[in-house]
Amino acid sequence: MVLASLRLNLFFLMLAGLLAAAPLYAQPYYLELASTALVAAMFALSLQLLVGGAGLVSLAHAAFFGLGAYAVPLMTRFLGAPPSILVTLTAAGMLAGGAALGVGALALRTRGFFFLMSTLAFGQLFYFVFHDSPLGGGSDGLFIQRPVFGVGSLVFQVSRADRPAVLLALNLGLLALMYAGLHALMRTLFGRALLGIKANEHRMAATGHDVRALKLAAFALAGLLAGVAGHMAAVTDAFVNPDLLGWHRSASALLMVLLGGIGTLYGPILGAFAFTALAEASQSITERQGLVEGVVVLAVVLALPRGLAGLGRR
Amino acid sequence: MTLVLEAVRLSRRFGGVRAVSDVSLALHRGTLHAVIGPNGAGKSTLVNLLSGELAPDAGSILVDGIDVTGWANWRLARAGIGRSFQRTNVMAGMTVLENVRLAAQAVLVPGRRLLRPAAREAAPLRAARAALLRVGLEEVADLVAATLSHGQQRLLEIALALAVQPRVLLLDEPLAGMGAEESERLAALLRDLARDHAVLLIEHDMDVVFSVADSVTVMVDGRVLERGAPDWIRDSVAVRDAYLGHDV
Repeated sequence: MVLASLRLNLFFLMLAGLLAAAPLYAQPYYLELASTALVAAMFALSLQLLVGGAGLVSLAHAAFFGLGAYAVPLMTRFLGAPPSILVTLTAAGMLAGGAALGVGALALRTRGFFFLMSTLAFGQLFYFVFHDSPLGGGSDGLFIQRPVFGVGSLVFQVSRADRPAVLLALNLGLLALMYAGLHALMRTLFGRALLGIKANEHRMAATGHDVRALKLAAFALAGLLAGVAGHMAAVTDAFVNPDLLGWHRSASALLMVLLGGIGTLYGPILGAFAFTALAEASQSITERQGLVEGVVVLAVVLALPRGLAGLGRR
Repeated sequence: MTLVLEAVRLSRRFGGVRAVSDVSLALHRGTLHAVIGPNGAGKSTLVNLLSGELAPDAGSILVDGIDVTGWANWRLARAGIGRSFQRTNVMAGMTVLENVRLAAQAVLVPGRRLLRPAAREAAPLRAARAALLRVGLEEVADLVAATLSHGQQRLLEIALALAVQPRVLLLDEPLAGMGAEESERLAALLRDLARDHAVLLIEHDMDVVFSVADSVTVMVDGRVLERGAPDWIRDSVAVRDAYLGHDV
Protein backbone atom coordinates (compact mmCIF):
# COMPACT_ATOMS: atom_id res chain seq x y z
CA MET A 1 0.00 0.00 0.00
CA VAL A 2 1.39 3.36 -1.06
CA LEU A 3 1.07 6.21 1.42
CA ALA A 4 0.40 9.72 0.18
CA SER A 5 3.37 12.09 -0.05
CA LEU A 6 3.49 15.18 2.13
CA ARG A 7 2.47 17.26 -0.89
CA LEU A 8 -0.56 15.13 -1.62
CA ASN A 9 -1.56 15.22 2.05
CA LEU A 10 -1.33 19.03 2.02
CA PHE A 11 -3.56 18.99 -1.04
CA PHE A 12 -6.06 16.81 0.86
CA LEU A 13 -5.85 19.23 3.78
CA MET A 14 -6.77 22.03 1.38
CA LEU A 15 -9.76 20.07 0.10
CA ALA A 16 -10.79 19.42 3.72
CA GLY A 17 -10.57 23.17 4.35
CA LEU A 18 -12.83 23.83 1.39
CA LEU A 19 -15.30 21.27 2.70
CA ALA A 20 -15.12 22.72 6.22
CA ALA A 21 -16.03 26.12 4.78
CA ALA A 22 -19.04 24.63 2.94
CA PRO A 23 -21.61 26.12 5.35
CA LEU A 24 -20.56 29.52 3.97
CA TYR A 25 -21.55 28.71 0.41
CA ALA A 26 -23.70 25.56 0.29
CA GLN A 27 -27.34 24.70 0.99
CA PRO A 28 -28.08 22.62 4.12
CA TYR A 29 -29.11 19.73 1.86
CA TYR A 30 -25.60 19.52 0.44
CA LEU A 31 -24.08 19.77 3.90
CA GLU A 32 -26.08 16.70 4.88
CA LEU A 33 -25.03 14.95 1.70
CA ALA A 34 -21.39 15.76 2.50
CA SER A 35 -21.87 14.26 5.97
CA THR A 36 -23.24 11.09 4.39
CA ALA A 37 -20.15 10.91 2.20
CA LEU A 38 -17.84 11.57 5.16
CA VAL A 39 -19.43 8.77 7.19
CA ALA A 40 -19.12 6.42 4.20
CA ALA A 41 -15.50 7.51 3.86
CA MET A 42 -14.78 6.66 7.52
CA PHE A 43 -16.37 3.25 7.02
CA ALA A 44 -14.49 2.53 3.79
CA LEU A 45 -11.23 3.76 5.34
CA SER A 46 -11.64 1.42 8.31
CA LEU A 47 -12.19 -1.45 5.87
CA GLN A 48 -9.05 -0.46 3.97
CA LEU A 49 -6.96 -1.36 7.02
CA LEU A 50 -8.08 -4.93 6.39
CA VAL A 51 -8.24 -5.04 2.59
CA GLY A 52 -5.33 -2.86 1.54
CA GLY A 53 -3.44 -3.27 4.81
CA ALA A 54 -3.52 -6.96 5.57
CA GLY A 55 -5.14 -8.50 2.49
CA LEU A 56 -8.24 -9.57 4.42
CA VAL A 57 -11.61 -9.30 2.68
CA SER A 58 -14.40 -9.31 5.26
CA LEU A 59 -18.18 -9.24 4.88
CA ALA A 60 -18.71 -8.77 8.62
CA HIS A 61 -17.52 -5.19 8.58
CA ALA A 62 -21.00 -3.67 8.41
CA ALA A 63 -21.94 -5.58 11.56
CA PHE A 64 -19.37 -3.53 13.48
CA PHE A 65 -20.57 -0.38 11.74
CA GLY A 66 -24.15 -1.18 12.79
CA LEU A 67 -23.15 -2.06 16.35
CA GLY A 68 -21.54 1.38 16.59
CA ALA A 69 -24.77 2.93 15.36
CA TYR A 70 -26.97 0.99 17.78
CA ALA A 71 -24.65 1.97 20.63
CA VAL A 72 -26.33 5.40 20.55
CA PRO A 73 -29.92 4.29 21.37
CA LEU A 74 -28.69 1.49 23.62
CA MET A 75 -26.61 3.89 25.72
CA THR A 76 -29.47 6.40 25.84
CA ARG A 77 -31.83 3.70 27.06
CA PHE A 78 -29.28 2.32 29.52
CA LEU A 79 -28.58 5.73 31.05
CA GLY A 80 -32.16 6.99 30.84
CA ALA A 81 -31.30 10.22 29.01
CA PRO A 82 -29.14 11.17 26.00
CA PRO A 83 -25.53 11.06 27.27
CA SER A 84 -22.57 13.06 26.09
CA ILE A 85 -21.38 12.27 22.58
CA LEU A 86 -18.04 11.29 24.10
CA VAL A 87 -19.82 8.57 26.06
CA THR A 88 -21.71 7.19 23.05
CA LEU A 89 -18.62 7.41 20.85
CA THR A 90 -16.51 5.49 23.37
CA ALA A 91 -19.26 2.92 23.85
CA ALA A 92 -19.63 2.50 20.08
CA GLY A 93 -15.92 1.95 19.58
CA MET A 94 -15.68 -0.51 22.46
CA LEU A 95 -18.77 -2.45 21.49
CA ALA A 96 -17.73 -2.74 17.85
CA GLY A 97 -14.08 -3.38 18.65
CA GLY A 98 -14.99 -6.02 21.23
CA ALA A 99 -17.32 -7.76 18.80
CA ALA A 100 -14.63 -7.66 16.12
CA LEU A 101 -12.14 -9.17 18.54
CA GLY A 102 -14.51 -12.06 19.20
CA VAL A 103 -15.48 -12.59 15.58
CA GLY A 104 -11.86 -12.26 14.45
CA ALA A 105 -10.61 -14.77 17.00
CA LEU A 106 -12.88 -17.38 15.41
CA ALA A 107 -12.99 -16.32 11.75
CA LEU A 108 -9.22 -15.82 11.45
CA ARG A 109 -8.73 -19.53 12.05
CA THR A 110 -9.70 -19.82 8.38
CA ARG A 111 -8.20 -18.29 5.25
CA GLY A 112 -9.24 -17.01 1.83
CA PHE A 113 -12.67 -18.09 0.67
CA PHE A 114 -13.51 -19.75 3.99
CA PHE A 115 -12.60 -16.60 5.86
CA LEU A 116 -14.91 -14.62 3.56
CA MET A 117 -17.77 -17.06 4.18
CA SER A 118 -17.29 -17.17 7.94
CA THR A 119 -17.31 -13.36 8.12
CA LEU A 120 -20.53 -13.40 6.09
CA ALA A 121 -22.06 -15.80 8.61
CA PHE A 122 -20.92 -13.84 11.67
CA GLY A 123 -22.04 -10.56 10.11
CA GLN A 124 -25.53 -11.89 9.37
CA LEU A 125 -25.71 -13.24 12.91
CA PHE A 126 -25.48 -9.70 14.24
CA TYR A 127 -27.90 -8.49 11.58
CA PHE A 128 -30.58 -10.94 12.69
CA VAL A 129 -30.08 -10.12 16.37
CA PHE A 130 -31.25 -6.59 15.64
CA HIS A 131 -33.70 -7.59 12.90
CA ASP A 132 -35.58 -10.22 14.90
CA SER A 133 -35.36 -9.02 18.49
CA PRO A 134 -36.92 -5.98 20.15
CA LEU A 135 -33.47 -4.89 21.29
CA GLY A 136 -33.24 -2.03 18.81
CA GLY A 137 -36.76 -1.57 17.48
CA GLY A 138 -36.78 -4.72 15.33
CA SER A 139 -36.89 -4.68 11.57
CA ASP A 140 -38.47 -1.21 11.38
CA GLY A 141 -35.53 0.46 13.01
CA LEU A 142 -35.67 3.28 15.47
CA PHE A 143 -35.73 7.05 15.46
CA ILE A 144 -33.21 8.08 18.07
CA GLN A 145 -32.35 11.06 20.23
CA ARG A 146 -28.98 12.50 19.37
CA PRO A 147 -26.40 12.53 22.17
CA VAL A 148 -25.50 15.79 23.84
CA PHE A 149 -22.75 17.79 22.17
CA GLY A 150 -20.52 18.45 25.16
CA VAL A 151 -19.17 17.11 28.44
CA GLY A 152 -20.58 17.67 31.90
CA SER A 153 -21.83 21.24 32.26
CA LEU A 154 -20.09 22.41 29.09
CA VAL A 155 -22.85 21.77 26.58
CA PHE A 156 -23.33 23.27 23.15
CA GLN A 157 -26.95 23.76 22.28
CA VAL A 158 -27.13 23.13 18.57
CA SER A 159 -30.13 24.64 16.85
CA ARG A 160 -31.90 22.81 14.07
CA ALA A 161 -30.57 25.33 11.55
CA ASP A 162 -26.97 24.94 12.67
CA ARG A 163 -27.07 21.15 12.93
CA PRO A 164 -25.97 20.25 9.36
CA ALA A 165 -22.91 22.50 9.66
CA VAL A 166 -21.97 21.15 13.11
CA LEU A 167 -22.35 17.54 11.97
CA LEU A 168 -20.29 18.25 8.88
CA ALA A 169 -17.46 19.70 10.97
CA LEU A 170 -17.63 16.77 13.40
CA ASN A 171 -17.59 14.13 10.67
CA LEU A 172 -14.82 15.88 8.80
CA GLY A 173 -12.72 16.17 11.95
CA LEU A 174 -13.15 12.49 12.81
CA LEU A 175 -12.33 11.38 9.27
CA ALA A 176 -9.19 13.54 9.29
CA LEU A 177 -8.17 12.06 12.65
CA MET A 178 -8.81 8.53 11.44
CA TYR A 179 -6.84 9.10 8.24
CA ALA A 180 -3.91 10.69 10.07
CA GLY A 181 -3.90 7.87 12.62
CA LEU A 182 -3.95 5.11 10.01
CA HIS A 183 -1.34 6.94 7.94
CA ALA A 184 0.95 6.91 10.96
CA LEU A 185 0.01 3.31 11.82
CA MET A 186 0.97 2.00 8.40
CA ARG A 187 4.49 3.38 8.92
CA THR A 188 5.01 1.54 12.19
CA LEU A 189 6.51 -1.92 12.53
CA PHE A 190 2.96 -3.21 12.98
CA GLY A 191 1.78 -1.59 9.73
CA ARG A 192 4.78 -2.91 7.83
CA ALA A 193 4.15 -6.39 9.19
CA LEU A 194 0.54 -6.21 7.96
CA LEU A 195 1.76 -5.30 4.49
CA GLY A 196 4.18 -8.21 4.66
CA ILE A 197 1.29 -10.53 5.54
CA LYS A 198 -0.68 -9.19 2.60
CA ALA A 199 2.31 -9.83 0.32
CA ASN A 200 3.22 -13.30 1.62
CA GLU A 201 1.59 -14.55 4.79
CA HIS A 202 3.41 -17.87 4.75
CA ARG A 203 6.88 -16.37 4.54
CA MET A 204 6.06 -13.88 7.28
CA ALA A 205 5.14 -16.76 9.59
CA ALA A 206 8.26 -18.65 8.60
CA THR A 207 10.37 -15.67 9.67
CA GLY A 208 8.87 -15.56 13.14
CA HIS A 209 5.84 -13.30 12.83
CA ASP A 210 2.80 -14.34 14.85
CA VAL A 211 0.60 -13.83 11.83
CA ARG A 212 -2.69 -14.66 13.50
CA ALA A 213 -2.17 -12.24 16.38
CA LEU A 214 -1.20 -9.46 13.97
CA LYS A 215 -4.26 -10.08 11.81
CA LEU A 216 -6.50 -10.22 14.87
CA ALA A 217 -5.18 -6.86 16.09
CA ALA A 218 -5.87 -5.34 12.68
CA PHE A 219 -9.34 -6.91 12.56
CA ALA A 220 -10.28 -5.59 16.01
CA LEU A 221 -8.94 -2.10 15.30
CA ALA A 222 -10.74 -1.97 11.94
CA GLY A 223 -13.94 -3.06 13.71
CA LEU A 224 -13.51 -0.36 16.33
CA LEU A 225 -13.07 2.29 13.63
CA ALA A 226 -16.09 0.93 11.75
CA GLY A 227 -18.00 1.34 15.02
CA VAL A 228 -16.94 4.99 15.17
CA ALA A 229 -18.18 5.45 11.60
CA GLY A 230 -21.47 3.73 12.45
CA HIS A 231 -21.85 5.90 15.53
CA MET A 232 -21.53 8.99 13.35
CA ALA A 233 -24.05 7.55 10.89
CA ALA A 234 -26.57 7.26 13.74
CA VAL A 235 -25.79 10.72 15.10
CA THR A 236 -26.00 12.24 11.63
CA ASP A 237 -29.27 10.60 10.58
CA ALA A 238 -30.92 10.27 14.02
CA PHE A 239 -32.15 6.91 12.79
CA VAL A 240 -30.94 3.33 12.96
CA ASN A 241 -32.22 0.16 11.33
CA PRO A 242 -30.90 -3.39 10.93
CA ASP A 243 -29.82 -2.75 7.34
CA LEU A 244 -26.86 -0.88 8.81
CA LEU A 245 -25.46 -4.28 9.84
CA GLY A 246 -26.34 -6.25 6.71
CA TRP A 247 -23.77 -7.73 4.36
CA HIS A 248 -24.98 -5.44 1.56
CA ARG A 249 -23.43 -2.57 3.38
CA SER A 250 -20.15 -4.47 3.73
CA ALA A 251 -20.28 -5.11 0.01
CA SER A 252 -20.84 -1.47 -0.86
CA ALA A 253 -17.91 -0.48 1.37
CA LEU A 254 -15.82 -3.01 -0.55
CA LEU A 255 -17.04 -1.38 -3.76
CA MET A 256 -15.93 2.00 -2.46
CA VAL A 257 -12.50 0.57 -1.65
CA LEU A 258 -12.31 -0.96 -5.11
CA LEU A 259 -13.57 2.19 -6.79
CA GLY A 260 -11.04 4.35 -4.99
CA GLY A 261 -8.19 1.88 -5.29
CA ILE A 262 -6.88 -0.79 -2.92
CA GLY A 263 -3.30 0.30 -3.45
CA THR A 264 -3.45 3.51 -1.41
CA LEU A 265 -4.70 4.52 2.01
CA TYR A 266 -6.60 7.53 0.70
CA GLY A 267 -8.22 5.67 -2.22
CA PRO A 268 -11.29 4.53 -0.24
CA ILE A 269 -12.01 8.14 0.78
CA LEU A 270 -12.11 9.14 -2.88
CA GLY A 271 -14.17 6.03 -3.56
CA ALA A 272 -16.71 6.88 -0.85
CA PHE A 273 -17.16 10.41 -2.18
CA ALA A 274 -17.45 9.18 -5.75
CA PHE A 275 -19.92 6.48 -4.70
CA THR A 276 -22.09 8.96 -2.76
CA ALA A 277 -22.02 11.46 -5.63
CA LEU A 278 -22.86 8.70 -8.09
CA ALA A 279 -25.83 7.52 -6.02
CA GLU A 280 -27.09 11.11 -5.79
CA ALA A 281 -26.67 11.78 -9.50
CA SER A 282 -28.25 8.52 -10.64
CA GLN A 283 -31.16 9.08 -8.26
CA SER A 284 -31.98 12.35 -10.02
CA ILE A 285 -31.87 10.68 -13.45
CA THR A 286 -33.70 7.40 -12.95
CA GLU A 287 -35.49 5.24 -10.44
CA ARG A 288 -33.21 2.35 -11.33
CA GLN A 289 -30.22 3.83 -9.60
CA GLY A 290 -28.67 0.47 -8.78
CA LEU A 291 -28.33 -0.19 -12.49
CA VAL A 292 -26.56 3.11 -13.16
CA GLU A 293 -24.27 2.60 -10.18
CA GLY A 294 -23.41 -0.92 -11.28
CA VAL A 295 -22.52 0.08 -14.82
CA VAL A 296 -20.38 3.01 -13.70
CA VAL A 297 -18.54 0.99 -11.04
CA LEU A 298 -17.91 -1.78 -13.57
CA ALA A 299 -16.60 0.71 -16.11
CA VAL A 300 -14.29 2.37 -13.58
CA VAL A 301 -12.93 -0.93 -12.31
CA LEU A 302 -12.29 -2.16 -15.86
CA ALA A 303 -10.72 1.09 -17.04
CA LEU A 304 -8.82 1.92 -13.86
CA PRO A 305 -7.44 -1.22 -12.24
CA ARG A 306 -5.86 0.89 -9.52
CA GLY A 307 -9.06 2.81 -8.93
CA LEU A 308 -9.55 6.55 -8.82
CA ALA A 309 -6.35 6.91 -6.79
CA GLY A 310 -4.46 5.48 -9.77
CA LEU A 311 -5.61 8.35 -12.01
CA GLY A 312 -2.75 10.65 -11.10
CA ARG A 313 -0.03 8.01 -11.21
CA ARG A 314 0.29 6.24 -14.50
CA MET B 1 30.81 -28.52 17.80
CA THR B 2 27.93 -27.80 20.16
CA LEU B 3 24.79 -29.75 19.49
CA VAL B 4 22.02 -27.30 18.56
CA LEU B 5 19.21 -29.26 17.00
CA GLU B 6 18.35 -32.86 17.55
CA ALA B 7 15.60 -34.83 15.85
CA VAL B 8 14.69 -38.16 17.37
CA ARG B 9 12.90 -40.83 15.33
CA LEU B 10 10.71 -38.42 13.37
CA SER B 11 7.87 -39.87 11.35
CA ARG B 12 5.21 -38.32 9.18
CA ARG B 13 2.80 -39.96 6.81
CA PHE B 14 0.49 -38.54 4.15
CA GLY B 15 -2.41 -40.93 3.80
CA GLY B 16 -0.76 -44.28 3.14
CA VAL B 17 2.62 -42.81 2.22
CA ARG B 18 5.36 -42.76 4.84
CA ALA B 19 7.05 -39.55 3.73
CA VAL B 20 9.44 -39.56 6.67
CA SER B 21 9.93 -42.67 8.71
CA ASP B 22 11.97 -43.00 11.87
CA VAL B 23 14.55 -40.39 10.94
CA SER B 24 16.98 -39.16 13.59
CA LEU B 25 19.39 -36.34 13.04
CA ALA B 26 21.78 -34.11 14.99
CA LEU B 27 23.00 -30.72 13.82
CA HIS B 28 26.07 -29.10 15.36
CA ARG B 29 27.20 -25.53 15.22
CA GLY B 30 30.09 -25.10 12.79
CA THR B 31 29.20 -28.05 10.60
CA LEU B 32 27.28 -28.57 7.41
CA HIS B 33 25.20 -31.68 7.18
CA ALA B 34 23.85 -32.59 3.77
CA VAL B 35 20.78 -34.72 3.11
CA ILE B 36 20.65 -36.33 -0.31
CA GLY B 37 18.35 -38.82 -1.91
CA PRO B 38 16.18 -39.35 -4.98
CA ASN B 39 13.03 -37.30 -5.55
CA GLY B 40 10.30 -38.34 -3.17
CA ALA B 41 12.77 -39.55 -0.56
CA GLY B 42 11.23 -37.24 2.05
CA LYS B 43 13.98 -34.62 2.21
CA SER B 44 11.69 -31.60 1.93
CA THR B 45 9.21 -33.16 4.34
CA LEU B 46 12.07 -33.55 6.81
CA VAL B 47 12.89 -29.84 6.51
CA ASN B 48 9.19 -28.99 6.89
CA LEU B 49 9.07 -31.05 10.09
CA LEU B 50 12.21 -29.43 11.50
CA SER B 51 10.98 -25.91 10.70
CA GLY B 52 7.46 -26.41 12.07
CA GLU B 53 5.67 -26.22 8.73
CA LEU B 54 4.41 -29.70 9.50
CA ALA B 55 3.87 -31.47 12.79
CA PRO B 56 5.41 -34.95 13.10
CA ASP B 57 3.16 -37.95 13.74
CA ALA B 58 5.81 -39.40 16.00
CA GLY B 59 9.23 -38.51 17.31
CA SER B 60 10.54 -35.34 18.85
CA ILE B 61 12.62 -32.29 18.05
CA LEU B 62 14.93 -30.62 20.54
CA VAL B 63 16.61 -27.24 20.25
CA ASP B 64 19.34 -26.71 22.85
CA GLY B 65 17.87 -29.66 24.69
CA ILE B 66 14.41 -28.09 24.91
CA ASP B 67 11.57 -30.11 23.45
CA VAL B 68 10.01 -28.02 20.66
CA THR B 69 7.98 -30.80 19.07
CA GLY B 70 4.72 -29.47 17.65
CA TRP B 71 5.73 -25.80 17.80
CA ALA B 72 4.39 -23.68 14.95
CA ASN B 73 6.81 -22.33 12.35
CA TRP B 74 6.84 -18.79 13.77
CA ARG B 75 7.78 -20.00 17.24
CA LEU B 76 10.57 -22.15 15.87
CA ALA B 77 11.87 -19.19 13.86
CA ARG B 78 12.05 -17.23 17.10
CA ALA B 79 13.79 -20.18 18.74
CA GLY B 80 16.61 -19.85 16.22
CA ILE B 81 15.60 -22.01 13.26
CA GLY B 82 15.92 -20.25 9.91
CA ARG B 83 14.99 -21.85 6.63
CA SER B 84 14.96 -21.21 2.92
CA PHE B 85 12.43 -22.68 0.54
CA GLN B 86 12.91 -24.90 -2.47
CA ARG B 87 10.65 -22.66 -4.54
CA THR B 88 11.42 -18.99 -4.08
CA ASN B 89 9.00 -17.67 -1.47
CA VAL B 90 9.48 -13.94 -0.87
CA MET B 91 7.42 -10.75 -0.61
CA ALA B 92 7.67 -10.24 -4.37
CA GLY B 93 6.25 -6.72 -4.59
CA MET B 94 8.50 -5.25 -1.91
CA THR B 95 12.09 -4.10 -2.11
CA VAL B 96 14.87 -6.52 -1.29
CA LEU B 97 15.77 -4.50 1.80
CA GLU B 98 12.17 -4.41 3.08
CA ASN B 99 11.90 -8.18 2.55
CA VAL B 100 14.90 -8.84 4.74
CA ARG B 101 14.04 -6.08 7.22
CA LEU B 102 10.62 -7.68 7.77
CA ALA B 103 12.28 -11.06 8.23
CA ALA B 104 14.53 -9.58 10.91
CA GLN B 105 11.75 -7.61 12.60
CA ALA B 106 9.82 -10.34 14.40
CA VAL B 107 12.82 -11.84 16.12
CA LEU B 108 14.64 -8.60 16.93
CA VAL B 109 11.82 -6.33 18.08
CA PRO B 110 9.65 -7.23 21.08
CA GLY B 111 5.89 -6.98 20.56
CA ARG B 112 5.45 -3.99 22.82
CA ARG B 113 7.53 -1.87 20.43
CA LEU B 114 5.40 -2.72 17.38
CA LEU B 115 3.79 0.71 17.33
CA ARG B 116 7.07 2.54 16.78
CA PRO B 117 7.79 3.91 13.31
CA ALA B 118 9.68 1.29 11.31
CA ALA B 119 12.21 3.85 10.10
CA ARG B 120 13.27 4.58 13.67
CA GLU B 121 13.90 0.99 14.69
CA ALA B 122 17.57 0.44 13.86
CA ALA B 123 18.12 -3.21 14.83
CA PRO B 124 16.12 -4.88 12.04
CA LEU B 125 17.58 -2.53 9.44
CA ARG B 126 21.09 -3.29 10.64
CA ALA B 127 20.42 -7.02 10.62
CA ALA B 128 18.91 -6.78 7.13
CA ARG B 129 21.93 -4.90 5.77
CA ALA B 130 24.27 -7.42 7.36
CA ALA B 131 22.36 -10.37 5.86
CA LEU B 132 22.36 -8.75 2.41
CA LEU B 133 26.08 -8.04 2.67
CA ARG B 134 26.79 -11.62 3.63
CA VAL B 135 24.98 -13.13 0.64
CA GLY B 136 26.23 -10.39 -1.70
CA LEU B 137 22.96 -8.62 -2.48
CA GLU B 138 23.75 -5.26 -0.89
CA GLU B 139 23.92 -3.56 -4.29
CA VAL B 140 20.36 -4.52 -5.23
CA ALA B 141 18.88 -3.69 -1.81
CA ASP B 142 16.53 -1.05 -3.19
CA LEU B 143 15.22 -3.09 -6.13
CA VAL B 144 11.81 -4.75 -6.02
CA ALA B 145 12.30 -8.45 -5.24
CA ALA B 146 10.30 -9.62 -8.26
CA THR B 147 12.73 -7.88 -10.62
CA LEU B 148 15.77 -9.86 -9.42
CA SER B 149 17.35 -12.58 -11.54
CA HIS B 150 16.65 -16.17 -10.55
CA GLY B 151 20.07 -16.54 -8.97
CA GLN B 152 19.62 -13.35 -6.96
CA GLN B 153 16.21 -14.51 -5.76
CA ARG B 154 17.82 -17.73 -4.51
CA LEU B 155 20.30 -15.60 -2.57
CA LEU B 156 17.43 -13.51 -1.20
CA GLU B 157 15.90 -16.76 0.08
CA ILE B 158 19.05 -17.35 2.09
CA ALA B 159 19.20 -13.72 3.26
CA LEU B 160 15.64 -14.06 4.61
CA ALA B 161 16.65 -17.17 6.52
CA LEU B 162 19.74 -15.40 7.86
CA ALA B 163 17.84 -12.31 8.94
CA VAL B 164 16.02 -14.15 11.72
CA GLN B 165 19.43 -14.54 13.45
CA PRO B 166 19.22 -18.32 13.37
CA ARG B 167 21.55 -20.80 14.95
CA VAL B 168 20.22 -23.52 12.66
CA LEU B 169 19.94 -22.94 8.93
CA LEU B 170 17.76 -25.33 6.94
CA LEU B 171 18.47 -24.81 3.24
CA ASP B 172 16.15 -26.61 0.83
CA GLU B 173 17.89 -26.89 -2.55
CA PRO B 174 19.41 -23.42 -2.55
CA LEU B 175 21.21 -24.13 -5.83
CA ALA B 176 18.11 -25.15 -7.80
CA GLY B 177 18.25 -23.67 -11.29
CA MET B 178 21.57 -21.87 -10.80
CA GLY B 179 24.33 -21.62 -13.39
CA ALA B 180 27.80 -23.11 -12.89
CA GLU B 181 29.48 -19.86 -11.87
CA GLU B 182 26.66 -18.92 -9.49
CA SER B 183 26.78 -22.40 -7.97
CA GLU B 184 30.47 -22.05 -7.24
CA ARG B 185 29.94 -18.75 -5.48
CA LEU B 186 27.03 -20.16 -3.51
CA ALA B 187 29.12 -23.16 -2.46
CA ALA B 188 31.64 -20.73 -1.01
CA LEU B 189 28.79 -18.94 0.80
CA LEU B 190 27.55 -22.25 2.23
CA ARG B 191 30.99 -23.00 3.64
CA ASP B 192 31.08 -19.53 5.13
CA LEU B 193 27.63 -19.94 6.70
CA ALA B 194 28.63 -23.26 8.23
CA ARG B 195 31.33 -21.54 10.28
CA ASP B 196 28.85 -19.92 12.66
CA HIS B 197 25.65 -21.91 12.11
CA ALA B 198 24.47 -25.48 12.20
CA VAL B 199 23.56 -25.99 8.56
CA LEU B 200 21.30 -28.61 7.05
CA LEU B 201 21.61 -28.68 3.27
CA ILE B 202 19.33 -30.46 0.86
CA GLU B 203 20.88 -30.54 -2.55
CA HIS B 204 20.91 -32.51 -5.78
CA ASP B 205 24.21 -31.18 -7.10
CA MET B 206 26.57 -33.91 -5.89
CA ASP B 207 29.75 -32.01 -6.71
CA VAL B 208 28.66 -29.23 -4.39
CA VAL B 209 27.44 -31.61 -1.70
CA PHE B 210 30.69 -33.56 -1.60
CA SER B 211 32.77 -30.40 -1.61
CA VAL B 212 30.97 -28.52 1.19
CA ALA B 213 29.44 -31.16 3.48
CA ASP B 214 31.06 -32.35 6.69
CA SER B 215 28.70 -35.29 6.85
CA VAL B 216 25.99 -36.71 4.63
CA THR B 217 22.72 -38.51 5.24
CA VAL B 218 21.24 -40.49 2.39
CA MET B 219 17.46 -40.86 2.44
CA VAL B 220 15.45 -43.30 0.37
CA ASP B 221 11.69 -43.81 0.71
CA GLY B 222 11.53 -41.70 3.86
CA ARG B 223 14.20 -43.67 5.66
CA VAL B 224 17.85 -43.10 6.40
CA LEU B 225 19.83 -45.44 4.18
CA GLU B 226 23.36 -44.39 5.10
CA ARG B 227 25.10 -41.73 7.07
CA GLY B 228 28.75 -40.75 7.16
CA ALA B 229 31.61 -38.66 5.87
CA PRO B 230 31.28 -37.54 2.23
CA ASP B 231 34.08 -39.77 0.99
CA TRP B 232 32.64 -42.79 2.69
CA ILE B 233 29.17 -42.09 1.27
CA ARG B 234 30.63 -41.69 -2.21
CA ASP B 235 32.20 -45.14 -1.99
CA SER B 236 29.25 -46.87 -0.32
CA VAL B 237 27.89 -49.70 -2.42
CA ALA B 238 24.41 -49.44 -0.93
CA VAL B 239 24.18 -45.74 -1.75
CA ARG B 240 25.51 -46.33 -5.24
CA ASP B 241 22.86 -48.98 -5.85
CA ALA B 242 20.00 -47.02 -4.38
CA TYR B 243 20.70 -43.62 -5.70
CA LEU B 244 24.02 -42.45 -7.08
CA GLY B 245 24.23 -45.21 -9.64
CA HIS B 246 21.15 -43.95 -11.41
CA ASP B 247 22.01 -40.31 -11.30
CA VAL B 248 25.73 -39.84 -11.56
